[in-house]
Amino acid sequence: MSGAHDEAFAPGDAAAPPMQNGEVVFEAPWQGRVFGMARAMAAAGVFEWDEFRARLIDELATWTPEQPFAYYDHFLHALERVLSERGLVSETALAARLDALARRPPGHDHAHGHDQADRR
Amino acid sequence: MTTDDHEHDLPPQALRAEALESLLIERGLLTADAVDEVIATYNERVGPMNGARVVARAWLDPAFRERLLADGTAAIAEFGFEGGQTEKLVVVENTPEVHNVVVCTLCSCYPWAVLGLPPRWYKDPAYRSRVVREPRRVLEEFGVRLPASTRIRVWDSSAEVRYMVLPQRPVGTEGLGEAELAARVTRDSMIGTALL
Repeated sequence: MSGAHDEAFAPGDAAAPPMQNGEVVFEAPWQGRVFGMARAMAAAGVFEWDEFRARLIDELATWTPEQPFAYYDHFLHALERVLSERGLVSETALAARLDALARRPPGHDHAHGHDQADRR
Repeated sequence: MTTDDHEHDLPPQALRAEALESLLIERGLLTADAVDEVIATYNERVGPMNGARVVARAWLDPAFRERLLADGTAAIAEFGFEGGQTEKLVVVENTPEVHNVVVCTLCSCYPWAVLGLPPRWYKDPAYRSRVVREPRRVLEEFGVRLPASTRIRVWDSSAEVRYMVLPQRPVGTEGLGEAELAARVTRDSMIGTALL
């Protein structure tokens, strides 16, 4: 990504918001994975993008100002709901797989890296 | 942000995403390559630079500008850019009289084909609700100060229609070519939350 956006605010500009340009697209690799999963399955016709989008809107509506806003948490829940409603991945199957992954020995090789970046 | 021992301190969502992906791959609903492909497409190949090229051409070529404002979807197809989805692209032009700013109040609809993935703040509930109620104030927080005589128009994106702002060409850029002009165009200027 080019650094061109950084010119939107002069250095030290008191008006510059905490929400700056130049941020990374995904704050953590898992967010890229869930985004990629949803887009890839919609492209492959596993479900309709609009169907997913409707679930996402429902999920986003559950947010209240008292809690931190975590867009991709809602995104992941919406994806789980669509898959469960379509009978493709049940909550039970997901819970079982989660349990299996959580019991892996420490020090195994995580597939997704750890380059979390938070520019805020 | 903690930096100690990330290896054993991944957020629970990361594990959940991994569990979901592994199940989907096993069941033949997904390939890891397809996920990688999407991420690469939106991260690298489709970025704000697509939109910047469109803006630069509109500044240089009045006939293209006309076509772009008349039918954004058709005009970006001249570059080989197609909608990430089936939605229509509407390009709105900033002038000394009118400043345009784009939001999606419902979720995060965004013109992916020309701007890549939305920035984090675009998805933030505060931006989504406040820019409609008090656009001038929100723009000021972005460092955008507009004359009181400039009208602000807020465009709410939807599944059907995505908006992109055609920013005003900066003064002093006469004589620059398309590539040089495109390098001046920032992502936020095409959302309407920055000036050039």
